[in-house]
Amino acid sequence: MTTADYERNQVLSTKEFKVVGTRPIRHDGADKVTGRAIYGADFDAAGLLHGKILRSPHAHAKIVSIDTSKAESLAGVKAVVTYKDFPQVSNSKVDLGEAVTELKWLRDNILASDKALYAGHAIAAVAASNPHVAEEAIKLINVKYEILDPVMTTQEAMSENASILHESLETEELGKNTGVVSNVAKHFQHVKGDIEKGFKEADIILEREYNTKTVHQGYIEPHNGTAIWSPDGRLHIWCSTQGPFVVRESMAKLLDMPMSKIRVTPTEIGGGFGGKIPVYVEPVAALLSKKTGTPVKIVMTRKETFEGSGPTPGSHVKIKIGAKNDGTITAAHAWMAMEAGAYPGSPVGAAAQTVFSTYDIDNALIDGYDVVVNKPKTAAYRAPGAPNAAFGTEQALNELAEKLGMDPIDLRLKNVATEGTRRPDGPVFGKIGAKEVLEAMRDHAHYNAPKQEGHGRGIAIGFWFNVGLDSACNISVNKDGTINLTEGSTDIGGSRTSIAMHAAEVLGIPVEDVNPTVVDTDMIGHTGPTAGSRTTFSTGWAAYEAAQEVKSKCIERAASIWDVDKDFLQMEDGIISSKSDPELKMSFKELANQMSSTGGGISGAAAVNPSGVGGSFCGNIVDLSVDSDTGKVSIERFTVVQDVGKAIHPSYVEGQMQGGSVQGIGWALNEEYFMGDHGSMNNTSLLDYRMPTTLDLPLIDTVIVEVANPGHPFGVRGVGEANIVPPTPAIANAVYDATNKRIQELPLSPGAVLSAE
Amino acid sequence: MQILTDGNKKIQIEGSNIRQVIENLNDQYPGMKDRLVDGDRIKLEISVAIDGEISTLGMIDKVSENSEIHFLPAIAGG
Repeated sequence: MTTADYERNQVLSTKEFKVVGTRPIRHDGADKVTGRAIYGADFDAAGLLHGKILRSPHAHAKIVSIDTSKAESLAGVKAVVTYKDFPQVSNSKVDLGEAVTELKWLRDNILASDKALYAGHAIAAVAASNPHVAEEAIKLINVKYEILDPVMTTQEAMSENASILHESLETEELGKNTGVVSNVAKHFQHVKGDIEKGFKEADIILEREYNTKTVHQGYIEPHNGTAIWSPDGRLHIWCSTQGPFVVRESMAKLLDMPMSKIRVTPTEIGGGFGGKIPVYVEPVAALLSKKTGTPVKIVMTRKETFEGSGPTPGSHVKIKIGAKNDGTITAAHAWMAMEAGAYPGSPVGAAAQTVFSTYDIDNALIDGYDVVVNKPKTAAYRAPGAPNAAFGTEQALNELAEKLGMDPIDLRLKNVATEGTRRPDGPVFGKIGAKEVLEAMRDHAHYNAPKQEGHGRGIAIGFWFNVGLDSACNISVNKDGTINLTEGSTDIGGSRTSIAMHAAEVLGIPVEDVNPTVVDTDMIGHTGPTAGSRTTFSTGWAAYEAAQEVKSKCIERAASIWDVDKDFLQMEDGIISSKSDPELKMSFKELANQMSSTGGGISGAAAVNPSGVGGSFCGNIVDLSVDSDTGKVSIERFTVVQDVGKAIHPSYVEGQMQGGSVQGIGWALNEEYFMGDHGSMNNTSLLDYRMPTTLDLPLIDTVIVEVANPGHPFGVRGVGEANIVPPTPAIANAVYDATNKRIQELPLSPGAVLSAE
Repeated sequence: MQILTDGNKKIQIEGSNIRQVIENLNDQYPGMKDRLVDGDRIKLEISVAIDGEISTLGMIDKVSENSEIHFLPAIAGG
């Protein structure tokens, strides 16, 4: 079948709206394509100083002493800071919007105190009149280290004689502190049914092990932050962040300041994918600004971004699955150890809650281990933990299908989770679309097209929960019937417009009549980070509620103008009218023009924390070829199918689906931290850390499946993350189909493919 | 948490909101409150699911007579 024979971007809609579901031009488009949008590194201010950070060359070392005297005396240097410049407040928990960490770990990750725990760990920082002086100055800082053996993988870290990262870290075993100091922060379990009984019922049992490497989110814009610490004790930060309120709370804890004294302005963001939720350079810029009394800007290099921010973990996963000859899965066991990096907090919890959640399995056991290693503290990366888990489960399912002589989609459909299925971690699914996604894959032209000679085909499916969290939105009506909308969610994938579309739909006005602006933390109610696939769902809901308030006020104003009861009026498609008198009719624009003479300006505001978050399932069909001489894998055709509930702006949804797919393809084929013998990263540039480019990829076909989420006014499910889950196993399954080589370790690089048995 | 519940995976507890459920749980299985609560709120690293939905209200969230409650590790997204 040629590409002309089918629709490349399909929307399987269940409900149509006036504005929702259309594809307007994004409000920030012109600024972005003409280079006018202001990013963090563009920021400038009178008297701006430039900061640079000295980083540890050692992956694991005690810090014996830090001598900054020579750096301080260099001409042009205005200040030097170390961990000692942080207020020494007692330890507490810090809420990062979705994740939690200890204040001491957060502080030590920003400027190390007693130990350097990874190569690239920040030790000290300098503010100088220009970046070159600052760079020279950090070379003059003399740090004495006592070098220790690094542990780089979970296997090393969990071994008996492993070097210990934290002498105070005692292992929590199934909820109980063991008092044993080790690199295992936590071991937990989820149990469903009777695992032994389930395996006894199986006709076939498959047991495999899988490994994934550390990979980075690869956002094009490096971390940056500018701080101005005013003499009256107020602090203003401009930075590239997914969560300005997370930055504010983190800064308040780290600097022991009230939140009301801290203002965070999120600049435009050049990608985040979860990696721009924690703070790195912002507190350092603040400390330097406090010391100098002037603005200080710090911009990471690419090398610093790789070595000094938060990649996603490498992992070691064991999967055991038992099934009957008819394909019914009777039992499943997952054992998963994930690298947290230097401080506890890997995404193994989410991995455990997703590893078998696509399937209705009566008997399941899931063991999760959170393990510290001498690598940067991991951060979130699109559905954190779920791709690592799915790389195992979804390969095992394909192996099982082959052994049972079943089509891999049929095997999945036989066991698929539906409404009412209890997940292995306990909760029962509400309305979900896993079955609909698999059916759309089975029926797609790609799956039914004959494979080209020598090509391999693979499929896989993945799940992500999505989250809600706080969001706020303010709307004010202008006299010409346009509206201004302010919200606090950093716009990563066009969310300004999708949020504006919620308001436009409610008010029945064109989205071009909405002027949406992302504002700073002083100007909007508390809003969680742009993460967890929550922004269109939650901030969109806030816009929906704020618009409902505006709509209600418009009806009240019209009632007062016409001297009728407001209950007899309605507002649809931007027209306020009487339910009984066809003569009484007024447009939103006409009413807006009269608002000053009918009681003053009209505005609406909403702050929400919605439940009813609908999880999302995503599947892939992949065709690829493998060069038998070089081992290079080429993606020939790629289809992504995702249940999105309702696509507010289908183009942006397709963008998320394609973007997640591309990142998954990179993770599958090329990306990894190449670690040297002493625990430092060898490929710290984008030339050597090989992410896919457009030249590496075919056009990616999309199918938007809409199983409306009953928990949202328009049926929205978050769409940003589930799409990175299936690519790695789908590609591994396709490589097996092409080569008969089952590769259980990422990446499937040319060398790995050639050397595989 | 089964360490604290004598290995029981499912427990029937009375209460009209999560606070009452946890208080009653703690009466029956001492130590549960310390495991789940910090001050007067659910620990940040724990989320509560009521009838399959993650609660946004925590301790003050209402539960009905036959509600099913799960205490889960809180998850983070990207």
